[in-house]
Amino acid sequence: MDNRKPESRIWVFAEQRSGQPVDVVFELLAKTRLLAAAPGWKVGALLIGHNVTGTAALLDNRGADEILVADDPALEDYRGGNYLAVVERAVRKHKPDVVLFGATSMGVDLAARLAARLRTGLSGHCVDLELSDRGELTAVIPWPGGDFLGRIVCPRRRPQMATVSPGIFDVPRNVFPKAKILTVDGTLDSDRGFYRIVEKTPEERKPGDLENARVVVVGGYGIGARENWPLVKELASLLGGVAGATRPPVDEGWVTADLMVGQSGRTVHPRLYIGVGVSGHLHHLVGVKGTELKVAVNQDPRAAIFDHCDLGLVGDYREIVPALIAALKKPRAAGDL
Amino acid sequence: MCIKPVPDPKQADKMTIDGETGTMIRRDIPFVINPLDRHALEAAVQIRERHGGRVTAVSMAPGDALPVLKESLARGADRLVLLSDRRFAGGDTLATACVIASAVRHLGAFDLVMCGDETTDSGTFQVSAQIAEFLDVPNIMHVDDCRVSPGDGLRLRSRTEEGAFTAEGQFPMVVAVTVDINEPRYVTLMDVLDSESKEVVVLSADDLPLEEPWIGLEGSPTRVLELFEPERKNRAEMLSGTPAEQAEVLADRLRRMGFRNG
Repeated sequence: MDNRKPESRIWVFAEQRSGQPVDVVFELLAKTRLLAAAPGWKVGALLIGHNVTGTAALLDNRGADEILVADDPALEDYRGGNYLAVVERAVRKHKPDVVLFGATSMGVDLAARLAARLRTGLSGHCVDLELSDRGELTAVIPWPGGDFLGRIVCPRRRPQMATVSPGIFDVPRNVFPKAKILTVDGTLDSDRGFYRIVEKTPEERKPGDLENARVVVVGGYGIGARENWPLVKELASLLGGVAGATRPPVDEGWVTADLMVGQSGRTVHPRLYIGVGVSGHLHHLVGVKGTELKVAVNQDPRAAIFDHCDLGLVGDYREIVPALIAALKKPRAAGDL
Repeated sequence: MCIKPVPDPKQADKMTIDGETGTMIRRDIPFVINPLDRHALEAAVQIRERHGGRVTAVSMAPGDALPVLKESLARGADRLVLLSDRRFAGGDTLATACVIASAVRHLGAFDLVMCGDETTDSGTFQVSAQIAEFLDVPNIMHVDDCRVSPGDGLRLRSRTEEGAFTAEGQFPMVVAVTVDINEPRYVTLMDVLDSESKEVVVLSADDLPLEEPWIGLEGSPTRVLELFEPERKNRAEMLSGTPAEQAEVLADRLRRMGFRNG
């Protein structure tokens, strides 16, 4: 039996920074359009900020039927409670069946708090989404600590909520139909921000460094010690790339957290990926997209990473990597192209 | 401050799925304190050392996790509160936050709840914000600097994709920290011996003023339908030979793909 309302809504939180929607918003809108292909479904983009008319225009033709805009000076910066109050009010009024967020700093904080406020379920850092005919959302998440995925549902509470890792869904080139722009109430009776922002320091290391690198060399727990890290960096820079890490080197304090590639860190799209001492957990691998060549160096021939890459080298990386660096530095032999 | 025992992340390779029940088997993997929680604890202890107060480590975990959790006392917590009850088991983030928040309330007035941003065995980043919601106090995540300023104020730096921002907030607050906030202290034998006399409290569901039904597996809005292994489509072409020979083949391949000229 179809127990859906005649009209069902699926919303995407259209996170913007300085007026620019973040990439994951376009990824989610395109995916949501596919999910909501059945008649009776409407895709909404919820845009919150100040002076965001231009931002709303950027969201047009990207998959949404409606762009819901809350525009108010108090929404200039994300300060927790100010956005939360506006999203909560909009959700209570329009009662979307599904609300999706990018798994960004802002998206995770806002979604977690909103789900708790509405006493509903939230699936975190999803890598896939399915929607049944009955309007039930199934979220696929990388199961922590193993090479497994989990299917999560929220059977009784509404809305069904999920945060989705950036870089998972493709953004198609086609132009979607025009969206209707609706105004939602963005006014607040008092300052609902959880804190005052007194200073902003833009990232010195461009956040796009890893994301935009054409070569990424990732060091894993197999690196063994902080002293060995320069080897990873040397290989990366020799190949014109950037060094990244899995979680254990960050936990061990060998490298800073901003180098972490994977679900909890950055999503990279290099032509070439080389994993050194990386065991191959999905938590890391979901952050590596669209490579032409994925190479792994690991001393364990049964390591999971070899099931997820193109070329495998088995042995002690402390021998292989220096040999590789030497071979790459060697001048080309005459006659080679 | 909140703390969680997790299966040792360095031994996570040992996890398997039970083919019949579809549940996770983590046999033989010892539990350790979630690595990020050590940083949260260190931050809390540093604030106490400068400004006074009392640090309570709160954990929702099975009773047999107590020995592992006692590390928090050696690391400077003044008391340890373990929330342990079968009815708490299997809870999702909402159910976890609901129980922890009611315990924090039960334990009396508080200024600050410190958490790690995430845990290695759940990775959701959700619980700190949800505890704050149940407590109805502000929260902030991704904090790599936290100082108490005059007049019950907090000065915090939070790191996001765009960079960092410095914020000022007021007690009470829930703060979730990143690994960059500090270097957890080295624990000496004296610390361990001193911790023996510290207060340990174990509370069950009956001891807590649980006013809402969001508790344990039953009270969790989300359900795990199944765990499954993703298709392993692309077994690597394995190179053979000595390290130098393998390196040579790879270097050659990378040259031909244009990654290194000359």
